[in-house]
Amino acid sequence: MPGLIGKKIGMTSVFDKDGNNIPCTVLQAGPCVVTQVKTEETDGYDAIQLAYDDQKEKKSTKAMIGHFKKSGTPPKRRLIELKGFVRHWKPGDIITVEYFKNDIWLDVTAQSKGKGFQGVVKKYGFRGVNDATHGQHNRARHPGSMGASSYPSRVFKGMRMAGQTGNKTVKILNLKIVKIIPENNMIFLKGSVPGSKGSYVIIESPDRT
Amino acid sequence: MDKLKVAESFFSVNNEYPKFSPGDTITVHYKIREGNKERIQQFRGVVLQRRGSGINETFTVRKMSGSIGVERIFPLQSPFIEKIEINKFGKVRRARIFYLRKLTGKKARIQEKRI
Repeated sequence: MPGLIGKKIGMTSVFDKDGNNIPCTVLQAGPCVVTQVKTEETDGYDAIQLAYDDQKEKKSTKAMIGHFKKSGTPPKRRLIELKGFVRHWKPGDIITVEYFKNDIWLDVTAQSKGKGFQGVVKKYGFRGVNDATHGQHNRARHPGSMGASSYPSRVFKGMRMAGQTGNKTVKILNLKIVKIIPENNMIFLKGSVPGSKGSYVIIESPDRT
Repeated sequence: MDKLKVAESFFSVNNEYPKFSPGDTITVHYKIREGNKERIQQFRGVVLQRRGSGINETFTVRKMSGSIGVERIFPLQSPFIEKIEINKFGKVRRARIFYLRKLTGKKARIQEKRI
């Protein structure tokens, strides 16, 4: 869905008109440059390629510098493709945070913080065994039973077990816009957003009518 | 962090409250909403600490209600604070006077600062 690339700045809290203290995430949203417009005839689908965050020319490959030259911008770090833009954009156009001024809710996609290889207690909230006595001695954080015995004689697929936790793409739906600051391309959203401070986020305006 | 300060600066900060610091005895006039009615409650006690800055600054006030200590944390920028009154300036040596929690009776007194 149409949106922007941004960066997570951090969290704070603000008071609204009724005096409620609202937890907010502050995001740097854009400005993003349109670097390519894909159309049904040439590419088989309609989409817009956006670029964000300046990069030194020295650090970019010649192929990428050539690609950015077509839209007349310096090289950027992050490129994504988004569908669903209604208005027609040209390469070189700049989309700012004002794009969201008519929205109430936004979706944010980001890479969540990596927690490494974790057991089931941390990963899925299993309760483990809370007894120290009654025959327990080495299973405080174990998953317990994984299934029945001779039938089915196997562990069902998708059984929740220990493994890599976090560091995966997470999309949070319906975060309410608290404030938009067009001067600095900043946006305040109610609630939390995956990832660490300074990590890239994709902010989309949802189309769920 | 710097950018966060810039973002927070777009929210107005009320600086009209008198200057108070840990050790001072203050009265906080606090609006309370009950259904549709609003009334003002007073909370008088010793300031234990001030923490945070800008729109996120809070302060802790402790009072003795009978023999039970009651602490309340107020956000300084909360629109529910009607006014803050300073009753006494206290002379203390630290910024966070949590040692006061363990003291009762005559030992829990704070020397008054004369200005």
